[in-house]
Amino acid sequence: MKIVVLVKEVPDSYGERKLNLTTGLADREASEKVLDEITGRAVEAAVSYAESADEVEIALLSMGPESAESTLRKTLAMGGDSAHHVVDEALLGADLTLTAQVLAAAVQKIGFDLVIAGDASSDGAGGLLPAMVAEQLGVAHATSLDSLQISAEAVTGERAGYGGTVSVQAQLPAVVSVTERLPDPRFPGFKGIMQAKKKPLETYSLADLGVDASADVPRSIMLSVSQTPARTAGEKITDEGDAGKRLAEYLIEKKVV
Amino acid sequence: MAEQNVLVFLPVLPSGELVGSAAGLLGAAAQLGTPVGVLVAGAGQGQAAAQAAGELGAAKVYLTENDDAPTTLTAPALEAVAAAWEATDPEAVLVPNDIDGRDIAARLAVRTSSAVAADAVGVHRDAEGVVAEHSVYGSAFTTESAPTHGALIITLREGAVEARAEAAQPEVITLDAAQPKSAAAVITGFAENVEASSRPDLRSAKIVVSGGRGLGSKEGFGLAEQLADALGAGLGASRAAVDAGYAPYSLQVGQTGVSVAPDLYIALGISGAVQHQAGMQTAKTIVAINKDPEAPIFDIADFGIVGDAFEVVPQLIETIKAKAQ
Ligand SMILES: Cc1cc2nc3c(=O)[nH]c(=O)nc-3n(C[C@H](O)[C@H](O)[C@H](O)COP(=O)(O)OP(=O)(O)OC[C@H]3O[C@@H](n4cnc5c(N)ncnc54)[C@H](O)[C@@H]3O)c2cc1C
Ligand SMILES: Nc1ncnc2c1ncn2[C@@H]1O[C@H](COP(=O)(O)O)[C@@H](O)[C@H]1O
Repeated sequence: MKIVVLVKEVPDSYGERKLNLTTGLADREASEKVLDEITGRAVEAAVSYAESADEVEIALLSMGPESAESTLRKTLAMGGDSAHHVVDEALLGADLTLTAQVLAAAVQKIGFDLVIAGDASSDGAGGLLPAMVAEQLGVAHATSLDSLQISAEAVTGERAGYGGTVSVQAQLPAVVSVTERLPDPRFPGFKGIMQAKKKPLETYSLADLGVDASADVPRSIMLSVSQTPARTAGEKITDEGDAGKRLAEYLIEKKVV
Repeated sequence: MAEQNVLVFLPVLPSGELVGSAAGLLGAAAQLGTPVGVLVAGAGQGQAAAQAAGELGAAKVYLTENDDAPTTLTAPALEAVAAAWEATDPEAVLVPNDIDGRDIAARLAVRTSSAVAADAVGVHRDAEGVVAEHSVYGSAFTTESAPTHGALIITLREGAVEARAEAAQPEVITLDAAQPKSAAAVITGFAENVEASSRPDLRSAKIVVSGGRGLGSKEGFGLAEQLADALGAGLGASRAAVDAGYAPYSLQVGQTGVSVAPDLYIALGISGAVQHQAGMQTAKTIVAINKDPEAPIFDIADFGIVGDAFEVVPQLIETIKAKAQ
């Protein structure tokens, strides 16, 4: 079985994250780039399945700038057999439709039985890509799974639905995405880091994938970007036995209760 | 020019009621054009749901009734929206930015080769057409996006749009359930949420009370519940509180949980990590109670109390109750 994990690099949310106010794109200099925590969990799901089953091959795939290569290497140290990096100038500022098209083309090229992604990127891209990739590939999706069981033929899991919890099953090939409810990613050990250096890492351009970024199809474009004024601290008191009363008065005065 | 159609996917609960996000979705749609609802409901539930959609502003409703509980994931709703798309040639499609809504938007966008706007917090129209408003990096930035051409498919953040549409008497058009056009996962089971809480939904509540790790235990978290009930508020939690098992994951507020923008947000025993702030800093008024004067939550709180939540909150509840009488 071949599993492709969609790995994303994001600005570190512990640092300051900025958008360039002219281009509207993420300001690369402003913050460290890190492996998105949720895609770490997606890798973990694949690696732990590979440990329990025979002949599981894991390919890690990322579309992103040059820097994504080091994130892919770090991810290889957690497990996985190969890494695949789509990098192309023309992808700067790619919208979701183009990103999905590119990732699906790369997944096709790599070959897959199962694609595992995170449910939503922490840089706020919105949790649409996994199902978009599934539609591009013409396979079933099972997204935002809070639990995941993989077998040679199918995946099963549970996810939140309207008014309850839904159990789902998808025959392979399929695309799944996982939530924070899945186990934490492992820390790569020294052995993993050494092994990762020898694993293959392939890069692809848009031409390699046969995708035309300038095709005349509807795209989403950013019209404007502005910085929201930072929130400032208001009144701060130390409880001297009457803070509950004072808070009640504040809330009543502000007419919020 | 005739008003443009705006399709709105309106999820229906097992009880037959519309989900809470319906009012905001139709309110947003009315800002752009004529709201056209798409409903997939259980057998016998459809007409009532369609009337409810009309009360919230749907001028037209495309209705599919299922005989059984749905057995395939996303497909029934996706095919209903796709059929309504064919029939109405919409200028925009609005779905809730929840799991099912995102799946529908994603597949529809690829199928129709349309631009998508994810996690919009508002919509408006300019000279060129539909514009979606976004709040990025935990609301540090505001951006606007639009399609180069064609319709825009928008997932709308729940609770973000306050505008409400005028009630309408909807024209109801019945659609037969269509065969799925894409491969789909099957639904093998459904467990209805048991603790159907009487509290307002976290996403749309005017007041939210959230508890953090500082409440110390599941029992301690009861303090946040008591305050929520005293204020008629929705209940939230930090990730640390969720991870410790004080509250279910569905209550997590923050970057990887729910984003809320209530009139009043009260944080009890929450340090205010950036990832938590990302989900609540657009609240109109923020109140924080924390023992640690250095806690970052105080940097964004309009009213901060350095103190023990277990001493401050009971007095707060008592005072508010006394005033109410
Ligand atoms: C990728 C990523 C995503 C994340 N997403 C989220 C998210 O969506 N939501 C989220 O919340 N977090 C998220 N986090 C976690 C976040 O970084 C913090 O760890 C978390 O918010 C801390 O929760 P807390 O404030 O309850 O706990 P703590 O940071 O432990 O704070 C507890 C606070 O309680 C105070 N306290 C203790 N006792 C009392 C008392 N009796 N009365 C009053 N105050 C008291 C303490 O002074 C302390 O400030 C994420 C982290 C990462 C890396
Ligand atoms: N540029 C990318 N490269 C690889 N995977 C991605 C990329 N963008 C998104 N994904 C995957 O899609 C998931 C959901 O992302 P999103 O739809 O952007 O919120 C992520 O957790 C990743 O698994």
